[in-house]
Amino acid sequence: MRMLGALFVILFSVGFKGYAVAELVEIEGGSYLPSYGLKTGSQVDVESFYIDRTPVTNREFLEFVRDNQEWQRTNVKGIFAEKSYLQHWTSDLEILQGQEDFPVINVSWFAAKAYCKSKGLRLPKLNEWEMVAMASHDKKDAREDPEFTKFILSSYEKPKTYLKKVRLEEPNMYGVYDIHGMVWEWVEDFNSVIISGESRKEGDDGLFCAAGSVGASDLSNYAFFMRYAFRASLKANYTIKNLGFRCAK
Amino acid sequence: MQTKIAFLLVLLLSGCNYSPDKNTKSHPRNDLIKTEGEMVAELTAPPNVPAPVGNRPAKKLKVELEIVERESELSDGVKYIFWTFGGSVPGSFIRGRVGDEVEFTLENHPDNKLPHNIDLHAVTGQGGGAEASFVAPGHKKTFTFKLINPGLYVYHCATAPVGMHIANGMYGLILVEPEGGLPPVDREYYVMQGDFYTKGNYGDPGLQPFDMQKAIAEHADYVVFNGKVGALTGDKALTAKVGETVRLFVGNGGPNIVSSFHVIGEVFDKVYVEGGDLINENIQTTLIPAGGAAIVDFRVEVPSTLILVDHSIFRAFNKGALGMLKVSGDRNDKVFSGEVLSGIYRPEGNVIQEISPSEPKPVRAVALSKAEKIKLGQQIYDRSCFACHQPDGQGLPNAFPPLAKADYLNEDVDRAIAAVIRGLSGEITVNGKKYHSVMPAQVLTDEETASVLTYIYNSWGNNGTEVTPEMVSKIRNSK
Repeated sequence: MRMLGALFVILFSVGFKGYAVAELVEIEGGSYLPSYGLKTGSQVDVESFYIDRTPVTNREFLEFVRDNQEWQRTNVKGIFAEKSYLQHWTSDLEILQGQEDFPVINVSWFAAKAYCKSKGLRLPKLNEWEMVAMASHDKKDAREDPEFTKFILSSYEKPKTYLKKVRLEEPNMYGVYDIHGMVWEWVEDFNSVIISGESRKEGDDGLFCAAGSVGASDLSNYAFFMRYAFRASLKANYTIKNLGFRCAK
Repeated sequence: MQTKIAFLLVLLLSGCNYSPDKNTKSHPRNDLIKTEGEMVAELTAPPNVPAPVGNRPAKKLKVELEIVERESELSDGVKYIFWTFGGSVPGSFIRGRVGDEVEFTLENHPDNKLPHNIDLHAVTGQGGGAEASFVAPGHKKTFTFKLINPGLYVYHCATAPVGMHIANGMYGLILVEPEGGLPPVDREYYVMQGDFYTKGNYGDPGLQPFDMQKAIAEHADYVVFNGKVGALTGDKALTAKVGETVRLFVGNGGPNIVSSFHVIGEVFDKVYVEGGDLINENIQTTLIPAGGAAIVDFRVEVPSTLILVDHSIFRAFNKGALGMLKVSGDRNDKVFSGEVLSGIYRPEGNVIQEISPSEPKPVRAVALSKAEKIKLGQQIYDRSCFACHQPDGQGLPNAFPPLAKADYLNEDVDRAIAAVIRGLSGEITVNGKKYHSVMPAQVLTDEETASVLTYIYNSWGNNGTEVTPEMVSKIRNSK
């Protein structure tokens, strides 16, 4: 039954769009110990889900705003997106030539959510996204692999990684592309792991700094610290140059 | 009251060197100082500092600091992506006075990839402002605080992972002057030490990514002043004139390494210990903890090049913690005469030291062009040679022979090669002047030796010889 569903989704996105950018891939559910994982050592359970193979591109997002005028740059409401919303486009419905297949950036959480909804999808949950992000090209959980961590860390330092086409790099073992090394990505519950901007405060959520070294279950994985810090700095109407998204189901 | 007297009595009886004046004086209530008017804070990049506060009243002080992630040089030919407060490492110097009410705006440039914040050690309040200032790329945050403790304080980014943000250069100094300001001096400079951890080793060229493992192990590849090897040497050296008083605001950003801050050829007349009120006098070396600072004052009496170092000394000569303060003016032979007499003293014969006994690395397959050798040679020279032979090869009179237009060098290339790879000691005559020094053998590959010599031969009016790795190899094997 699940297989049929997957088939349907893939056929739907490939068949109806005519190009295979919005393809979804099925991720088998399971349990894992998240990196924020805490003094309790409690695992998180993730049910099987589908996730986009690539981040949503400018081309795809343009199609969405063409059909949904309220999400065009000049129409969007300030409470849903900041002034810098889609500011890398040349106008409401024009993308800089050559950037069609770059990941869309400068989109708020509200806009990302509306996009996914329009496709009958949703944003991935944090635990789903992180589970996919643990995988390297050959391991389901590569968090212990120092080379993998190094690769992610160095990509967080590299400027302007959003200026390239999706799907150029090797996918991870799920067949998911560009989950690292391209853009930060919105998740549905981006503010669910409560981290204060003060990263060293003791408390239940003591994730970082001195408190963090006690709380975090995976000391060597600094990359996740950076993702969580980034998410914690966001508000749902923020639009940022390095921040895009992909959908899930 | 009774207990206080009893306490005092005990102290007196026990013969303790107790100063009731200092220790019983209650701390001033600087939080009650009233402000008059407002001003925009002047911010400066190192080694400069903003103008002193003098005797201005406490004000509302507006500070705007922009965070920029940018690529820059960590050493000649070595690139690094720095995260900066205000575009420089260390970040902009902030100067206020006690009682100032600071309106602080932290701006995170839209091109940045990461959220950041600021923890100012001068701030009394949650996280030193870290929580209030936590800001996503393309956004800004404003918070306010009152400066209630005078002193020199470190500020830094405190966003997870904190160590990495600091290791990438996110630190600087904020000075809170006391009422009426610090005593005036002729020159003030901003110097801040920091340690860096790169994938490659010291001097490996190209863009070097941050190495988290080395940072955790505290194995620094670079320990530098003001964010770069050579940030304070050569034509970027600090300057002063004989008779002037100099004040250095010295900070240590860390993230790991504690500094044994010392100025070769000078004694600190005054040290504001740890940047606070306590003044110690006549100090040779002052310890500056990571995340701490000190103010050092001294008068320069004679012309010389003072060398700023971390006196944990391998850091100075092998990791970059070296700066210069050039003092110009008239000699004062009473204070320092220079060399009066020289002779040979050899109780144990000639001993030439080697920097390391390890074998030099093999040569690469493709030979370098002359231009490439000169480029590589200059980098080697700026690391290994200039401290003695000086940036323009002029040497130091009576100590280190010149290389510029040097007959000893130009006459005999084999002899020059041997000096580099085997070292040299005993009396030599260069351009008519006698020198008795010891030059240690340098551990360089044949190619590096050829490059540095080619650079030297093609600089400063020398004869333009091009040295090849084969020439070096021949000398090396002809023991």
